[in-house]
Amino acid sequence: MATRVIAGKTVQVNDEGFLTEPGEWTREIGQVLAQEEGVGELTDAHWKVIDFCRQDAKDSGKAPTLRRITGAAGVSTKDMFKLFPKGPAKKVARISGLGKPEGCV
Amino acid sequence: MSDENRHVVFICSKGNLDMVYPALVMGWAALGNGIDVTIFFTFWGMDIITKKRQPHLEIAPVANTSMKMSLMGLPTGNLGIPNILGILPGMTAFATSIMHKKIAEVGAPPVGEYLQMLVDGGARLYACKMSVDMFGLTKEDFVDGVEDIVTASDFMDMSEGAQIIFI
Repeated sequence: MATRVIAGKTVQVNDEGFLTEPGEWTREIGQVLAQEEGVGELTDAHWKVIDFCRQDAKDSGKAPTLRRITGAAGVSTKDMFKLFPKGPAKKVARISGLGKPEGCV
Repeated sequence: MSDENRHVVFICSKGNLDMVYPALVMGWAALGNGIDVTIFFTFWGMDIITKKRQPHLEIAPVANTSMKMSLMGLPTGNLGIPNILGILPGMTAFATSIMHKKIAEVGAPPVGEYLQMLVDGGARLYACKMSVDMFGLTKEDFVDGVEDIVTASDFMDMSEGAQIIFI
């Protein structure tokens, strides 16, 4: 497994740059990954989604799909595409230090 | 990465329930991967965007060789639904309700909600001019999110450079 240093911390990542150990994630790492994903400075609205995804992944063992996020976090599909343009579920999963979401919906 | 964003165009020409979901599922996946999505509705595909028809899309068991009794949870293997039964009143509604149940089981939303999700995610919907004229429809007959009624020639311009999937 490859490792890389993000925000001064060495973490394990897969081929696509997703963290493989959610426990290694920090909020500083989240901010660096957000810049890489073109999301920019994270606001409270972003953190609300990220915090939900972290908790949901902890409970279920997998990163939530977009429909799961919009259904359970109280954020609309429109807002998700505004907050994390071009592939919201995938981007938020990577920023949150989770694996790529599985499932078609 | 190239400057031009990847663009997938779906042409929906069928209104049978089983032919409606592929564009919804793939279109949603495309948006989830940062790909631009356009959907062009034509002929029977107009049902998907027509307010009066959208909630009533169906699947008929007649002459559908893939629809087996086992869909209903019966241990009947490859035994099909006999066509002679399929012609009975109510059989299309029955087959449709089974399909709705199967779709709900995998967590996929009903057609209207799914299409709205795609629109909210940035998909652009267009209706075919010839079909609109043929079926006597107007823009007011369509669900929210249908941007315009366009000709085949307009479609050629709009889909330049895109990957086109005909359903």
